[in-house]
Amino acid sequence: MPKTRVPAVEGWFTTDESAPELIGARGTVTGSYFWPVALASSANPTAPTEPREAVRLSRRGTLWSWTTNEYKPPEPYVSSDPFVPYTVCAVELAAEGMTVLGQLARGVDPHSLRFGQEMELALGVLYEDDAHEYTVWSWKPVADGGQEGGAR
Amino acid sequence: MSDREDVAILGAGMHPWGKWGRNFVEYGVAAAQAALTDAGIEWPEVQFVSGADTMRNGYPGYVAGATFAQALGWTGAQVASSYAACASGVTAIAAARAQILAGLCDVALVVGADTTPKGFLAPNSGVRGDDPDWLRFRLLGATNPTYFALYARHRMEAYGATTDDFAAVKVKNARHGLLNPNARYRKEVTLDEVKASPIVADPLRLLDICATSDGGAALVLTSMDFARRHLGADAGRSGSGVARIRAVSTVTPTYPQTIIELPGFATDSTAGIGGRPELTFKQSIARRAYEEAGLGPDDLDTAEVYDLSTAMELDWYEQIGLCSVGDAEALLRSGATALGGRIPVNPSGGLGSFGEAVPAQAIAQVCELTWQVRGQAGDRQVDGARTAMSINQGLFGHGSAVIVSR
Repeated sequence: MPKTRVPAVEGWFTTDESAPELIGARGTVTGSYFWPVALASSANPTAPTEPREAVRLSRRGTLWSWTTNEYKPPEPYVSSDPFVPYTVCAVELAAEGMTVLGQLARGVDPHSLRFGQEMELALGVLYEDDAHEYTVWSWKPVADGGQEGGAR
Repeated sequence: MSDREDVAILGAGMHPWGKWGRNFVEYGVAAAQAALTDAGIEWPEVQFVSGADTMRNGYPGYVAGATFAQALGWTGAQVASSYAACASGVTAIAAARAQILAGLCDVALVVGADTTPKGFLAPNSGVRGDDPDWLRFRLLGATNPTYFALYARHRMEAYGATTDDFAAVKVKNARHGLLNPNARYRKEVTLDEVKASPIVADPLRLLDICATSDGGAALVLTSMDFARRHLGADAGRSGSGVARIRAVSTVTPTYPQTIIELPGFATDSTAGIGGRPELTFKQSIARRAYEEAGLGPDDLDTAEVYDLSTAMELDWYEQIGLCSVGDAEALLRSGATALGGRIPVNPSGGLGSFGEAVPAQAIAQVCELTWQVRGQAGDRQVDGARTAMSINQGLFGHGSAVIVSR
């Protein structure tokens, strides 16, 4: 029986397999973007209690940096057994003026990455148990010739 | 020159860094006793105890000020405990300094100590879905070296840094630490050894990243008047000869923060009102300290910067104004930041030679500045050092910088 796919965290991203989006917020006074919204971890000091409207962040950005972790990290990361190195990317979103972290989509060779290349949000499996696959946002290189993006 | 806004550093003391595996309180008490001896002060004379907390040693660590006070023997002193991640030590210094400058006490003892587990610093246990420090491990596997490596690779792209440059920082700091009896690692390291060490998070290798250590550090701070009275005829250290704190910076970042910081998932947004700030967080920490002291980077004779990774030491060169952004590699290659150079950085050996003992580390940085400006740093003495800065940054937005002069 196929496993049920559930997000590893609720409300951070949409689960559209082909075109997932990060679920952010925009301040209605300042125009600043916020993500992840659930952490309520930042505010624009000119209007700290401004109302916020839900927005989807740009699906595409440019690669600012990346690194591959060669050692098994501590819990609560759920490592595969045996441990498989994984890559974390930092991607700049132009419209939002934000840099967003995410794992590199599994199966992409990190040695193929280059600075400033266009990246696109993808949905990946972070870990699984007997009944579920837990999904997470990730970044993958845009195939050459792709066109899309921009804030909504 | 008026020193009404200064406090004296009468005593500095440390328990050597290592992986001793004993109770952190032992290290704190040993460091406190060393600082009191250095100051010529008896423990019952201390009016205010300022502890820097550890989060990895149970409840005594959360109330470190009282824990150290009890271990030294209750005297009825006033007490405070501070936690600000890597900046905890300077937050504790700031609390003691404020008490002294407000005239609420004359003699304060600042203590921080830690016992650390092996390996990566991990979040506290339990399922904590609203704690970004837990979530960054859970959802990204983003360890501390992950963030250090993102900055390091960006330096390579943006400024032409090489992995040889990173390794050269380690080689330099190992040479400095070799001369420091309080350092944990006291041996020369070669470029080849760094480059042969295993990759942790590329481009950073094991020897590019600081370890976690046990250790303790303490300072006896007093009012300038008390210091003059106490030192009396001790001409060598009295009056203007006493080491004193000129500035303490504990600033937060200014919105929007445009560099991804531990333990965040994203930077702030520059799209709204406010746009890009004039200064990065690291720059603003230094700027505040310089402004308070009425000094600038050219006034420094040496600096202790938080080299959590070799590449991060290069970031600090620029952020504290030793050179322009993008010129840190050239400054390093020139030899200016090695002992004997124009502006030696991390003469103690830095975190590369110590490993991080979180609540003790920022205090240990100030111990080194104290010994440097007193001319008591032995074989690692920076010639003629009179003014020095320590700087670091605590998780979640705690700035930490101190300027010490003699």
